Order: sequence, then structure tokens, then C-alpha cells
Amino acid sequence: MKDIINKLNKIFDSRMRLGIMSVLVVNDWVEFKTLKENLDASDGNLASHIKALEKHEYIEVRKMFVGRKPQTSYRVTKIGKKAFKEHLDALEKLLNNR
Amino acid sequence: MDNQKNHIEELSYIRSMMEQSSRFISLSGLSGVGAGVVALLGAVAIYVYLGTTPFSGRKWYYVESYPYEKWGMGPEFFFLLVAGTVLVLATTIGLFFSLRKARKAHQKLVTKSSIRLFSNFMIPLVSGGIFCLMLWRLGYFGIIAPSMLIFYGLALINGSKYTLDDIRYLGMVELFLGLLATWFIGHGLLFWAIGFGVMHIVYGLRMYFKYDR
Repeated sequence: MKDIINKLNKIFDSRMRLGIMSVLVVNDWVEFKTLKENLDASDGNLASHIKALEKHEYIEVRKMFVGRKPQTSYRVTKIGKKAFKEHLDALEKLLNNR
Repeated sequence: MDNQKNHIEELSYIRSMMEQSSRFISLSGLSGVGAGVVALLGAVAIYVYLGTTPFSGRKWYYVESYPYEKWGMGPEFFFLLVAGTVLVLATTIGLFFSLRKARKAHQKLVTKSSIRLFSNFMIPLVSGGIFCLMLWRLGYFGIIAPSMLIFYGLALINGSKYTLDDIRYLGMVELFLGLLATWFIGHGLLFWAIGFGVMHIVYGLRMYFKYDR
């Protein structure tokens, strides 16, 4: 039991980060604005969690201009996908192990 | 165990985020009901125009009754008029109820997933529309209603990946009705009324009670 709990990824401890990952694994390049709407988050809160995920290279950023407006989009990386999957597997095991 | 509950909650949160961000779920059941009622009214208009009923058992009524005129209109003009009106009214009603549902849930109608739904839905549908116009031009009137059902079914199945699963089953039903109508050729209007009218109402109500309330 303890083993499995150790497998739960500490980085995904926050609900916001889980939400960000959930949205990104099923979509390709998601805009900041879209993420914000989906997760119902404030700019600052979302940005800080994004930064944390970025630091672990779970997600990557793309910045470009659409007309004159800057647009920031995010995508999950291979490392991120793997980590997220392992986290889900661990959660599942925990629930089956009662 | 409190932890256990947390994990279950966590998983269901992940699931709902995945669904919400990749599927368009603001499709309202009432949209289907509205579209179905409009389609049925359209079919009734055609039956009244031709002075027949679905129960008279008459086949090829549009051939039998040709040349024909009622209310100062020939059948070609009248059929196109009814089809166009049904299309416009059904789309308007559909948009109205879905917009209302989206607004209630504080979601936007135009999202990445609704655009994906729309484009995947439109590809078979527009091809089918053009194909039916060609059939019309060539005079193959009997096969038009079955073709409409078949292409509409394929459009629904194609779009269903980006919205509620029920749409997929509705698509299968329309496809099946279209193929059946191709076999029972000459009863196109009856199948059209069942597919676009009755099935829309049935599925609309089902979805309304399942998701909207």
C-alpha cells in the first residue's frame, strides 16, 4: 500500500494542476484563455501552476502573434504524458486495493 | 476512508475536465425536439399538398400526381420551398436551445470542440446535399429522401466523436432508415418523416431527460 502511495506524483497534488493536465492530454495546443475558461481559474493562479508544470517539463509553451495580439498556448510533453498516466494508474490501483 | 473518497473525487474531476474540454456538451435535447416537430410539419405540408396520407399506402405519389399544381405552385417549387423552410427553422431552433443551455452552464457556444463538431458534421452533410441536388437535376426523385437520411446519419456518426454519445446512435438509426427506404423505394416521404421527425423528437426527449434536467 505504501508503495503505491509513493507512486502518486506529488506534483499533481493540486487540483488545478490535475485539471491543466487533464485538458492538455486530450487536446493539442490549448490557449491560456481556453484553459482559464475550462478550469474556471484566475490569471495569477493558473499562471503559477503552469509555471510549476513547465519547470518539470511536463508541458511546453508556444508563444506567437495572431495579428497584433500575443497568444500563448500549451501542450503536454512526452514526459508529462507519462507522469500523468503513472499517476492515474496509481490512483486506480489504490482504489482497487481496498 | 477519507483518502479513498478523495481519490474517487480526483478521478471523476479528471474525467469531467477531459470530457468538457474535448467534447461539445451544450447540445440541448430540446433542439432535437424542435427540429423534429418542424420536420413533421414539413412532411404534413407535403402530404396535404399532394392530397394523400401516409396511411393511403400509395407509392410514387409524386410521379402519379405529375403534372400537378396546387396553391399556384408546381411540386418541384413546393418541395424545395418546404425543404428550405424546414432546414432554416430547424437550424434556428436548434441553435436557440443549445445557446440557452450553454449560457445556463456558463459555457460558450463557439469553442474548439464545437468548431470541430461542426466541421466534422458538415463534411458528409454538404456532400450529401450536393449529391441530392444532382439526383434532383437528373430526375431520380425517388432516391432523394433515402439519400438525405443516409448522408445525415453518416454526418451524425462523424460528428459524434466531439459530442454526446447519443448522437452516434441517432446517426446509426438514420443510416438504417435510409437504407431501408432505399429498399422500400417509393415510400421516401414516410421514411423521411420518421427519420427527421419522429426520431429527432424521440432522441431529443431522451437527451433532455438524461442531461438537461
